[in-house]
Amino acid sequence: MAEEKKTPKKLNPKRTPVREQDPALRRRNFEEVSFGYGPEEAALEAGRCLGCKNKPCVAGCPVGVPIPEFIAAMVNGDFAEAYRIIRSANVMPAVCGRVCPQENQCEGACTLGKKHEPVAIGRLERFCAGWQMEKGGGASSEPAASTGMKVAVVGSGPSGITCAYDLARLGHTVTVFEALHEPGGVLFYGIPEFRLPKKIVAGEIDTLRQMGVRIRTNSVAGKLVSMEELMKEFDACFIGVGAGLPRFMGIPGEDLNGVYSANEFLTRTNLMRAYRFPEYDTPIKTGKRVAVIGGGNVAMDSARTAMRLGAQEVTLVYRRSEAELPARAEEVHHGKEEGLRFEMCTLPTRIIGEGGWVKSIECVRMELCEMDKSGRRRPNPLAGSEFEIPVDTVIMAIGTGANPLLTGTATGLALNRGYIVADPETGKTSVQGVYAGGDIVTGAATVISAMGAGRKAARAIHEYLSCMKR
Amino acid sequence: MHKIIEKKLLRPPDVFFYKISAPLVAAKAKAGQFVIIRLHEKGERIPLSLAGIDAAEGTISLIVMAVGKTTGEMATLEEGGEIRDVCGPLGNPTHTENAGKVILAGGGFGIAPLYPIGKAFREAGSNVAALMGARSKSLLIYENEMRGISDKVLITTDDGSAGMKGIITDALKAELEAYGADTVMAVGPAPMMKAVCEATRPFGVRTIVSLNAIMIDGTGMCGGCRVRVGDKTKFACIDGPDFDGHLVDWDCLINRQRMYKTEEKESFEDWKKRHNLP
Ligand SMILES: Cc1cc2nc3c(=O)[nH]c(=O)nc-3n(C[C@H](O)[C@H](O)[C@H](O)COP(=O)(O)OP(=O)(O)OC[C@H]3O[C@@H](n4cnc5c(N)ncnc54)[C@H](O)[C@@H]3O)c2cc1C
Ligand SMILES: Cc1cc2nc3c(=O)[nH]c(=O)nc-3n(C[C@H](O)[C@H](O)[C@H](O)COP(=O)(O)OP(=O)(O)OC[C@H]3O[C@@H](n4cnc5c(N)ncnc54)[C@H](O)[C@@H]3O)c2cc1C
Ligand code: SF4
Ligand code: SF4
Ligand code: FES
Repeated sequence: MAEEKKTPKKLNPKRTPVREQDPALRRRNFEEVSFGYGPEEAALEAGRCLGCKNKPCVAGCPVGVPIPEFIAAMVNGDFAEAYRIIRSANVMPAVCGRVCPQENQCEGACTLGKKHEPVAIGRLERFCAGWQMEKGGGASSEPAASTGMKVAVVGSGPSGITCAYDLARLGHTVTVFEALHEPGGVLFYGIPEFRLPKKIVAGEIDTLRQMGVRIRTNSVAGKLVSMEELMKEFDACFIGVGAGLPRFMGIPGEDLNGVYSANEFLTRTNLMRAYRFPEYDTPIKTGKRVAVIGGGNVAMDSARTAMRLGAQEVTLVYRRSEAELPARAEEVHHGKEEGLRFEMCTLPTRIIGEGGWVKSIECVRMELCEMDKSGRRRPNPLAGSEFEIPVDTVIMAIGTGANPLLTGTATGLALNRGYIVADPETGKTSVQGVYAGGDIVTGAATVISAMGAGRKAARAIHEYLSCMKR
Repeated sequence: MHKIIEKKLLRPPDVFFYKISAPLVAAKAKAGQFVIIRLHEKGERIPLSLAGIDAAEGTISLIVMAVGKTTGEMATLEEGGEIRDVCGPLGNPTHTENAGKVILAGGGFGIAPLYPIGKAFREAGSNVAALMGARSKSLLIYENEMRGISDKVLITTDDGSAGMKGIITDALKAELEAYGADTVMAVGPAPMMKAVCEATRPFGVRTIVSLNAIMIDGTGMCGGCRVRVGDKTKFACIDGPDFDGHLVDWDCLINRQRMYKTEEKESFEDWKKRHNLP
């Protein structure tokens, strides 16, 4: 309440709008949807912040970005300082400003949000990052003198990147092992260009390289190097291999041609650039009508990608109601503008084929019943409500499990249903000197929580190495 | 970047042998595993079996049949040229413990992985018979190499110009009837592996196949390589590539291999046009 008294009379209850590509155009191209704030818009939006003393927004951010402080610097016109403040807590503001589910995190907790629209913290963060990049890159901190200690980081997703960055800054020699030919994890192969341009991800990776971190691509740990060898060659190890094993529903017809996992559909498009086939060699089959099964960010990204690849009709099939869609609110809004169809409270029961190819998908309607353990209402199939949606392509975006490639070969590493058991505060695993974080510990989560885990593990690894040295 | 140390035309016009510098892969690779290569920035990732592994020399060998855009483009690379990405070793090694009597049945590029596999079986004390089929004598590849690692080599040609006249399954049945076997390992095009499995089924001989599903990452991340084995969905790249051939749903595999037929053709034609090739 105290804060609200300070509310200047002319406070705009609405956030400063951001310019976006026209939905009618953008639904057919891969360029970024939002243009982001310019300096004037950013200053205007920064001016809406109340500078609350209790900082509820900071508590809502998984890595505790000093939000009122960086916004105050923006109000003073010192964007460089604002960037520096953000960067002290968040290694990749250009990424987080774009992909954090802000409505559940910083912005969800913003005082302004109680009566009005919350401060557009994500957009401000994105602006500062972009401003700094234009001014010549983000590598603001020099690495410390070398400690002579060597750390292996397995996986170059957000958890691995953050861990590597922090360890390098503390003077350790870091080598990152990445299975694919491009580093970045889901930021590269999963999240599409129109939401997170790949040159931004490449910029973050460059920063890492400038810090002296060696990135070894095409290096599958568990195959090219074993866990034992890593432990012999390095003083400590961080595992951030993500949760990249796609799940299927186990319904009939999933082996038909035209059925994709979201991972495959997105990897072909993002990593292999199938949207530029045949200039790029990797093909993709989108078809005229596409059904995407699921309701999270992965489903949204698949559906909007299919639209951009030329599909005429894209239907999102989700078993709960729209209120329960786990995707970021902004993406749902954008998806609707782009003309996605929503079949809510609907469950696929069978994929029907013809001559080896998908022809339609059979679904049943769901009624929402009592709350389940996750606090959401559990959907139940309605008898006799079966119906068919004619489609050429079905994309399964119903989640991923733990990939056993590395963990299956690491002796002594405690697992829980395939996920690595690690201390949430330190990332410590059951093997001495081995730390883990990100999706391979928590299951599929968020970019910022993976980054938070990488940061905590880096701190713990640093302490471990310091003890070892003594 | 991986240098091409040696290149040979193994069987005109379209089967090539490559020796490639990849010391880290060579140090780790075992018979039955594969690599995924990408020729250049715009290239696709294609899986190729290891036809030879020399850890001391730091090289791996590949036998590649030029069937489309990427393998066709690879055929234009010469000694001293470079391949941008070589990722591996991928997949599980073949179990090459002493398996008694082993028959290796190779079709097309399937001879590639069978060479190191046969060698490993032999070193483990197995008795190895190699069964090689081709349309005619001039189309046989790797015959001398296979002789070097086998106790017995059986050749069939469609026209009878070498070995027995007929197809590979005829020779296989005759061999099983006369001498039996403990294990049959078949690698080649899916219809050939399917035929081998049908031939061995009545004999109840354990039959291992190496499945060539379409792949991208090779790490279990995309699920594109899924195959049906014993009514379960398996990922060929991490659960295989070797499976019990009698449990494989062949029609499913053959259908899925056709998924990009139109695009593959388009890509190949487009590339040939850009390079003024026939
Ligand atoms: C399509 C999609 C959209 C998403 N959208 C959002 C969003 O909008 N907002 C949000 O906050 N979150 C989003 N997420 C979730 C978020 O991307 C993940 O939670 C996050 O990337 C997890 O980070 P990570 O570091 O644990 O692993 P990952 O990003 O999964 O990276 C793991 C890396 O390790 C590599 N690897 C795996 N095994 C090995 C091995 N054996 N050896 C070497 N390398 C290996 C992989 O190739 C990969 O590069 C999305 C996820 C997807 C798939
Ligand atoms: C585990 C494994 C090992 C293999 N080993 C060899 C080998 O040692 N020598 C060899 O010559 N070939 C091998 N292949 C097949 C080889 O990968 C394909 O011939 C190659 O991908 C064709 O690419 P292309 O662009 O030249 O032809 P395309 O025109 O793209 O395709 C021609 C044929 O290859 C298949 N194919 C296409 N893309 C892929 C892909 N990404 N993965 C698998 N198959 C594909 C298609 O089903 C098609 O029938 C192997 C395949 C697998 C899965
Ligand atoms: S990192 Fe994410 S949650 Fe934290 S302040 Fe930035 S946008 Fe909000
Ligand atoms: S961002 Fe919102 S919660 Fe945070 S200080 Fe500003 S007004 Fe208060
Ligand atoms: S190739 Fe992607 S999971 Fe096997």
